[in-house]
Amino acid sequence: MTQRHVNRRDFLKRTAASAAAVTIAAPAIAQNAGGRVVVVGGGFAGATCARTLKRLDPRTSVTLIEASQTFTACPFSNNVIAGLRDLKAQQFDYKKLDADKIVVTFVPAMQVDAGARAVILNNGAKLPYDRLVLAPGIDIRWDGLPGYNEAAAERMPHAWRAGEQTLLLRKQLESMNDGGLVVISSPANPFRCPPGPYERASLIAHYLKTRKPKSKLIILDAKDAFSKQGLFLAAWKELYPELIEWVPLSKGGRVTAVDPQTNTLTTEFGSHRAAVANVIPPQRAARIAETAGVADKTGWCPIDPVTFESKLQQNIHVIGDACIAGGMPKSAFAANSQAKGCAAAIAKLLAGEKPEEPRLINTCYSLVAPDYGISVAGVYEPRGGVLADVKGAGGVSPANAPRSARELEANFANGWFKAITEEVFG
Amino acid sequence: MKRIDCLVALVILCVSTSAASAVDVPPAGAAACSGCHPVSRWAGTPFTRLVGRPAADIVTAMQDFRGGQRPGTVMDRIAKGFTDDEIKAIAAWYAKQKD
Repeated sequence: MTQRHVNRRDFLKRTAASAAAVTIAAPAIAQNAGGRVVVVGGGFAGATCARTLKRLDPRTSVTLIEASQTFTACPFSNNVIAGLRDLKAQQFDYKKLDADKIVVTFVPAMQVDAGARAVILNNGAKLPYDRLVLAPGIDIRWDGLPGYNEAAAERMPHAWRAGEQTLLLRKQLESMNDGGLVVISSPANPFRCPPGPYERASLIAHYLKTRKPKSKLIILDAKDAFSKQGLFLAAWKELYPELIEWVPLSKGGRVTAVDPQTNTLTTEFGSHRAAVANVIPPQRAARIAETAGVADKTGWCPIDPVTFESKLQQNIHVIGDACIAGGMPKSAFAANSQAKGCAAAIAKLLAGEKPEEPRLINTCYSLVAPDYGISVAGVYEPRGGVLADVKGAGGVSPANAPRSARELEANFANGWFKAITEEVFG
Repeated sequence: MKRIDCLVALVILCVSTSAASAVDVPPAGAAACSGCHPVSRWAGTPFTRLVGRPAADIVTAMQDFRGGQRPGTVMDRIAKGFTDDEIKAIAAWYAKQKD
């Protein structure tokens, strides 16, 4: 790789000496012919970005770094928890990315040397890049909630990264006696999947209603408002009266400590001893973002809304849950949409051209019951240095819609999962 | 020296070619559609496939969603985020995409 750099530099010197016109065009070939992009993270953001880059310009060398050979998707994992779906339906591999001639490396990325433009892997390998895309997702803030740590998560699962934790929460619900108390704690903003805790509460309530009807579910919330709130509250009243209780911040909902020994969650107003406790803890961008110097003191990564390039480090782009995307939520749809925008910007930059302004979309479906779907949608544009909502567009499903509309949206929710996973992994 | 000049001339030729066929990125908004509307024929979803569909059909559908003439679930909310020109550009791009 070093050899290639020297050659390029030599070449540039020679061409510059030969003809003035070449100085404009030379950067295009110098980078485009051998453009090297490394993508860290193989989720909805990273895998989409890698594939889109390769499709936009097959000459770009694209390497995807991902710790796990199997990807387990979070969207629809609440169905797994509620016993409505097999975890296998959430799992995907990277064989199709191999077929796209993307180099997929299953070794964790440990460090980023932004100065030398290289990613250092767990096995010591150093991967040089022209452009780095970080799509690492979230880490749990293990210091964010007193009493909650990795050991506590084995007793009080977060299930906020799908996989073993998802199955653990499901098993706990299955072995709970009828009449048990389920407690979900929901964190302050921002966090992955804003409507997720409430969809989870809904589908667990569906499980309890059908299998363990004497049970109760309490949501202890660090917020006074949440995504699709009006729709969720109305649907709970209709489908799960007396079963779900939502305790907002202003009513003492914020969990201040947990005790895994007794399965107790403490708030400013009292404590709740749960049969099953699902602690959704505070989060931040995954560790590699901090190592690379692209996370700010909030723990998330500020980005340019056109290119997704970090505002803190040149040549590093951040997409998906890890980035601060203005009005866009941390969702799989948003991650996929950002990834395609970022890939287009990088393809343009590698070709020595100016990236075009993206127009991004988000749609998040939530299931309140298996046949009852609601959604929120938004359209976003770069405005005022962030990705801002396009005024007049977006919003949530209508209140008071007929049940047939909810069934249709539940059907579309399933269709969305098939379409997006086919695009990303199929 | 002569050889180098030849090489340079050849490279300049290549450069001009690659500059003329710049990276063909989709128009603003088009890439986001495939989050739901499958590119693949085999996704097995209820959503309309846009690839290869006549541009006029896409334009009409988007304008009708936007204006409320066609009932939608989310498309009515999404279409409101696009101008006529943007819709036309997206439609033209999908119309020329092939399997």
